[in-house]
Amino acid sequence: MSEAVVASSAPAQTRHHAALQHHFVDLQQQQEAASLGMWVFIAQEILFFGGLFAAYAIYRHAYPEAFALGSHHLNRTIGTANTLVLIGSSLTMALAVHAAATGRRQAIVGFLLATVLLGGVFLGVKYFEYAEKIAPCLGDQEHAGCLVPGANFDPHAVHAEGAAGQQAQIFFSLYFGMTGLHALHMIVGIPIILTIAAMAWRGRFTPEYHTPVEMVGLYWHFVDIIWIFLFPLLYLVTGQ
Amino acid sequence: MQPLSEPPAGAQAERHVVPWTVYALIFLALCLLTATTVIVAHFDFGPYNLIVALGVAIAKASLVVLYFMHARYSPRLTGVVIAAAIAFFVILVFLTWTDYYSRPWPLTTG
Repeated sequence: MSEAVVASSAPAQTRHHAALQHHFVDLQQQQEAASLGMWVFIAQEILFFGGLFAAYAIYRHAYPEAFALGSHHLNRTIGTANTLVLIGSSLTMALAVHAAATGRRQAIVGFLLATVLLGGVFLGVKYFEYAEKIAPCLGDQEHAGCLVPGANFDPHAVHAEGAAGQQAQIFFSLYFGMTGLHALHMIVGIPIILTIAAMAWRGRFTPEYHTPVEMVGLYWHFVDIIWIFLFPLLYLVTGQ
Repeated sequence: MQPLSEPPAGAQAERHVVPWTVYALIFLALCLLTATTVIVAHFDFGPYNLIVALGVAIAKASLVVLYFMHARYSPRLTGVVIAAAIAFFVILVFLTWTDYYSRPWPLTTG
């Protein structure tokens, strides 16, 4: 008797949406909880990268010449082009979230696939950048041009003599460590974006509920921000 | 005076859909700032090189956080998390750096 009264007195807009979990009052509260959780995860990720940024700050201050020599050996043109590719992928991701908010199913899928494509281009370019530095280190012959820190490192490739050669290895340790961790985040992100693109294709998202698209967007933009700092710190060290 | 028929607060703020042109403008600004940081890197400002490079990077990151990540249209609690993340990042990097800077290190320099 009383149950029937409660059910009939509920206003139309508070009726349960299919995506609403029972422990949330409404979709907005559910979306805000998910968003807050994602931001806390991103805060943790910032500190995860923070250790590498701290190491970079300390060693760049200790060995400014070696960092400038190492940085000059990186290809600025390729680095700039790749930065624009990654910013472009952030734009397509923002447009995917916009398409979800305005209920355009095919546009969500298209923009998410464009994001994956641009992310793939970035990783492909990164592969060739790595290969150029790693290939000379392999084999038993001379290791001219080898830029992987270790026994085969070639200090002459960066015009670093004596102690500067040792110090340049620290620059390249940080280069591989920071760009490698960044690339790993992209490699993790791409299958997640593809999964959400498949969900979008099956019509799982509406303007009222598209939280997964928003959350993967936050993650991808965070990865973009890390690169925004890595690019000038690694590729654009000025002066001697 | 607001009319009484105004929808309750929250119903309207629930979904703030930014026009797509805003994203296009932010993208253009990010491209221009990338060009700026590359061009500026050709000049030597001495000890200010790092400050200039980081200044441009912070401007770019702020645009991404505020617009692409919707921080500008998010609840205040999101801003608290972002501020806390930045504060702890600065403590981690800056205070560690000052500790090394204030000691005779590296010992082999000279």
